[in-house]
Amino acid sequence: MDWPAIALSLRLAAVVSGVLLLIGVPIAYWLAFSTWRWKFACEAVVALPLVLPPTVLGFYVLLALGSQGPIGRLWTAWTGHGLAFTFEALVIASILYSLPFTVQPIASAFAQVDRTLLEASATLGVGRLHTFRRVVIPLSIEGILSGIVLTFAHTLGEFGVVLMVGGNLPGITRTISISIYDDTQSLNLAAAHQTALLLLGFSLLALSIVYALMRKPWAVAPLS
Amino acid sequence: MTLSVCIRKRLSPAFLLDVTCDIEPGVTILFGESGSGKTTFLRCVAGLARPDEGRIAVGDRILYDAHAGIDVEPARRQAGFVFQHLALFPHLTAAENIGYGLSQRPASERLARTAAIAASLRIAHVLGRRPGQISGGERQRVGLARSLVTDPAVLLLDEPLSALDHATQSRIIADLRQWNEARRIPILYVTHSQREVFALGERVLLLQNGAIAADGTPERVMNAPAQESVAQLAGFENLLEATVVDRRPDAGVMVARLARTNVTLETPLVDAGTGDALRVAIRAGDILVATERPRGLSARNIIAGTISSLSREGATIRADVHIGVPIEVHLTPTSSTALDLRPGHDVWLVIKTHSCHPVSAI
Repeated sequence: MDWPAIALSLRLAAVVSGVLLLIGVPIAYWLAFSTWRWKFACEAVVALPLVLPPTVLGFYVLLALGSQGPIGRLWTAWTGHGLAFTFEALVIASILYSLPFTVQPIASAFAQVDRTLLEASATLGVGRLHTFRRVVIPLSIEGILSGIVLTFAHTLGEFGVVLMVGGNLPGITRTISISIYDDTQSLNLAAAHQTALLLLGFSLLALSIVYALMRKPWAVAPLS
Repeated sequence: MTLSVCIRKRLSPAFLLDVTCDIEPGVTILFGESGSGKTTFLRCVAGLARPDEGRIAVGDRILYDAHAGIDVEPARRQAGFVFQHLALFPHLTAAENIGYGLSQRPASERLARTAAIAASLRIAHVLGRRPGQISGGERQRVGLARSLVTDPAVLLLDEPLSALDHATQSRIIADLRQWNEARRIPILYVTHSQREVFALGERVLLLQNGAIAADGTPERVMNAPAQESVAQLAGFENLLEATVVDRRPDAGVMVARLARTNVTLETPLVDAGTGDALRVAIRAGDILVATERPRGLSARNIIAGTISSLSREGATIRADVHIGVPIEVHLTPTSSTALDLRPGHDVWLVIKTHSCHPVSAI
């Protein structure tokens, strides 16, 4: 078993999930509650990684992060070393690639919160931030947890984007999927099998958690 | 403190909400059919909808003024709002729902005020339960308590009791009246139930197609409709065209002849001259049926007619009787059977003077 690759993937998934939680919740809130007429364009951009081949996304991210790219140059000026083929590059690429997996479940949970509850909160003298914390978040908690679990599982199993942006540097950018690919290429099928089975089990577990969370515990009995 | 409202809001090309009124402390009923603009009116006062133009103020405090560019956000209006479907927070207990609007206050004060209002509305026993675990009437009381506990400057209720049985409605209405005896804030209560109008209202505003069509005490607006549309709303099945033929101010009555007939009806006196056209509104349930000409009755209007059809509508028998013009009469199935009523039979209709409501014929 390629433990360094597993550790790296877990670290990557944890960092990406954490960052995406911070930026995904505000984006989801805006998508759920904004009435801006061009909002659909933003929804399309957020959903793009769902349909875009990972190589295409990886290619553009690589151009942007490379030594000649805008982000790459800024990074080099700031830190003194390049960004491509580093763990940080993996994090940036994975954030973009996993964005819809965080935003969509959370936005959909926010959108399902009854608007009258938000109006009721306002008429009780409670401001928006407080309403968000006391009403929107608790009623969307399943969606938020689903988003995190999906993001974590998705990042853990990433392959194409990681290969394009990070390459295959053991301990730095060699993730579980790349380890499986490598083992298969070198006909080390037993090792590939072990790692693949681990990933399969984890993915199944993650999805089970998501579906279990989707059950609504706060169902209100209808008024007779 | 008085709630002053003068707003215009176009809801569709054909519908304009255009209301100007002062709501004094006490309960004012906003009565009207669905789509008359009642809820939009309340939402404008609460800040949940924005008028196109106008001004809303409670006492000296301006909540909205289109010219001055003032539009106080809902959270700062101190306008309590009880929603038709309550909008209780499903993840919070009844106590947390009630204390929700007091979250800026110290916990001890919040708990004390929650307990006090719960006791006065008799829901202390459900405080630890969530909305999904209590009855409809209890939920209604929690919704009311949640708004009352914040000490609003004005209270807006959007058909809050429509889902409840009459007994529960009456008890909650009594509690609300009692609460307001001490506060005397303007309460706007939207309903389309006549029962609630009489039980609660000190004043009724009748809203029709976005405008106030009548304004007065429940007795005046509901019992002696000044306009035909009011009669239709208040459930008068019969609206008969008539002409005033005699006035007897000393007796407080007048006589009107139904159009295209020789039938005359004695009605209460209204401000109409001899020869004026008006309509007489009569509830189908206020008309008695006899198979022989009655004698020795106090009722002044005894009219001959012929039954043209009989049909059953729920627990009521509807008889359409021709007296020169068609008139609808409601009876119980037992009286219909006892009198052996059939289409084609001649009958006598008995109507008390005060069951005939003259309305203007617009």
